[in-house]
Amino acid sequence: MRDIRLLTQMFIPGTLIGPFTQANPGLGGVCTFVGEVRYDEGVEALELTHYEPLTLPGMHELADRAFDRFTLMGLLMVHRVGQMRPGEPIVCVSAAALHRRDAIDAVDFCMDHLKSAAWFWKRERRAGEWHWIEPRAQDAVDLARWQS
Amino acid sequence: MLLGKLADLGGAPALSLAGPLDWAGLKAALPAALAEAVDDPRNRVALNGALLADKHALQASSGDEIALLPPVSGG
Repeated sequence: MRDIRLLTQMFIPGTLIGPFTQANPGLGGVCTFVGEVRYDEGVEALELTHYEPLTLPGMHELADRAFDRFTLMGLLMVHRVGQMRPGEPIVCVSAAALHRRDAIDAVDFCMDHLKSAAWFWKRERRAGEWHWIEPRAQDAVDLARWQS
Repeated sequence: MLLGKLADLGGAPALSLAGPLDWAGLKAALPAALAEAVDDPRNRVALNGALLADKHALQASSGDEIALLPPVSGG
């Protein structure tokens, strides 16, 4: 079961995770990560923009790599675009496998790549002004963990 | 198409330019601040939705879509 989506509206992760788990009968484990917009000091809103021809195809390529690298039964990868407020879910990745290590590592792998290599641009609004978020050194370190 | 902070430099998320355009022609047609920014090697270019391995080899015809892509945000 493979479900890769970009969403433009707020979503409730539980409504995705339940059906995803049900769609992988016989699984040995399911691991789910949900990322939410942090309540950072002064942040009123976060906006994610994407580039249609690259962003979703890039997520599908990432899913292909996860299926190649880990022994998975299913993968759910859902990412928001548009404007969000602190506390809203921004990303949900769930992996189902026969064994826990594949499920846990696949989610970790997908998240590191979604955060630092997927085609999303973020800006946050503080005191009514938008500020672009720049890449961080930690993102490259997170990616390097998987280059072996 | 101008993504991320490059849209701010261009003053809009999309600009319409007369084709055909090569790399020099594109830079000449862009606002000065944006023309300078696109030279940064971290900024990538896609033509009709496909990333260019070498943006300097750009050859766009009339009706093509050029996307200027700054580094993704991470974190």
